Amino acid sequence: MKIRLNGQDKEFTSQASLKQLIEESCRGNKHVIAEINGAIIKTTQWEQTSISDGDIVELVSFVGGG
Amino acid sequence: MQITDTQKTTTVPDEPLIIGGREIKNRFFLGTGKSKSKDEVTACIVQPGIDVVTVALRRIDLERHEENILEYIPSNVILMTNTSGARNAAEAIRIARLARESGCGNWIKIEVINDSKYLLPDNQETIKATEVLAAEGFVVLPYISPDLYVARALVKAGAATVMPLGSLIGSNQGLKTKELIKILIDEIDVPIIVDAGIGLPSQACEAMEMGADAVLVNTAVATALHPAAVCQAFSLATQAGRLAYLSRMRSAQSSASASSPLTGFLYE
Repeated sequence: MKIRLNGQDKEFTSQASLKQLIEESCRGNKHVIAEINGAIIKTTQWEQTSISDGDIVELVSFVGGG
Repeated sequence: MQITDTQKTTTVPDEPLIIGGREIKNRFFLGTGKSKSKDEVTACIVQPGIDVVTVALRRIDLERHEENILEYIPSNVILMTNTSGARNAAEAIRIARLARESGCGNWIKIEVINDSKYLLPDNQETIKATEVLAAEGFVVLPYISPDLYVARALVKAGAATVMPLGSLIGSNQGLKTKELIKILIDEIDVPIIVDAGIGLPSQACEAMEMGADAVLVNTAVATALHPAAVCQAFSLATQAGRLAYLSRMRSAQSSASASSPLTGFLYE
């Protein structure tokens, strides 16, 4: 399964939920905001949202800015 | 000599600054970009008691696992997420909706820029984004080149404030647009927050003396040798300017006016 994650192509050998993907890729970040194919996914939906082949996933958070 | 309580009083009555239903005590707003460390951001915020800071929204760096800036901002501080990176209204709206999903508040600084040399805001796209986001319940603080027609359109669109630039972002050039800002202060009924280009505490003071409701500074603090001290200086200067504005200072005169009595001279 291949997805585009934060602008980079990523391959997965098995199914993953959005929650698993976030826990593995954003370790310790408590303020992750997730979007799949342009739709914001609420935190309460992460566990039941699965990642599919071809998905465009954006994981964003806050940084310093003016 | 005894000083009475009345003589000790140096304050004048002021109206509270209310934005989005929140009372803001410190009219100096701080941008958190360009800092050398996140600890430095905390130090800048804590001593002067900053009430409002700006942050940006970016893709998480999945290779580096850095600590989140929010861990360094006290929880009582209002976060104003900017829509930096947005080149048009649609992108600004997307960033705003993502930011609000974090649960960290709904204050949005609309910043729509598609010119990389001058970083001047696109006023028209800012109006479009304000219309949509204000209708969705965001507290919208749009960043613009000062323009009376644009400011009126933003108020009509539901903006909570108008944030005219003093000069180019990061330039430290000061209040190059001073006369246009004065027009907005006189004519626009929502708070006017001077944002961008303020390079010295004296310039923040000057903006407040003119009647601005608040100022926002980032580069001048972050690039100083001692940012926390400079942040304190800016905060004090902002208070000083506000106090001077409320005290209704006399304007400049073209001739002299003696400060000491003109009678009772020793040598008449």
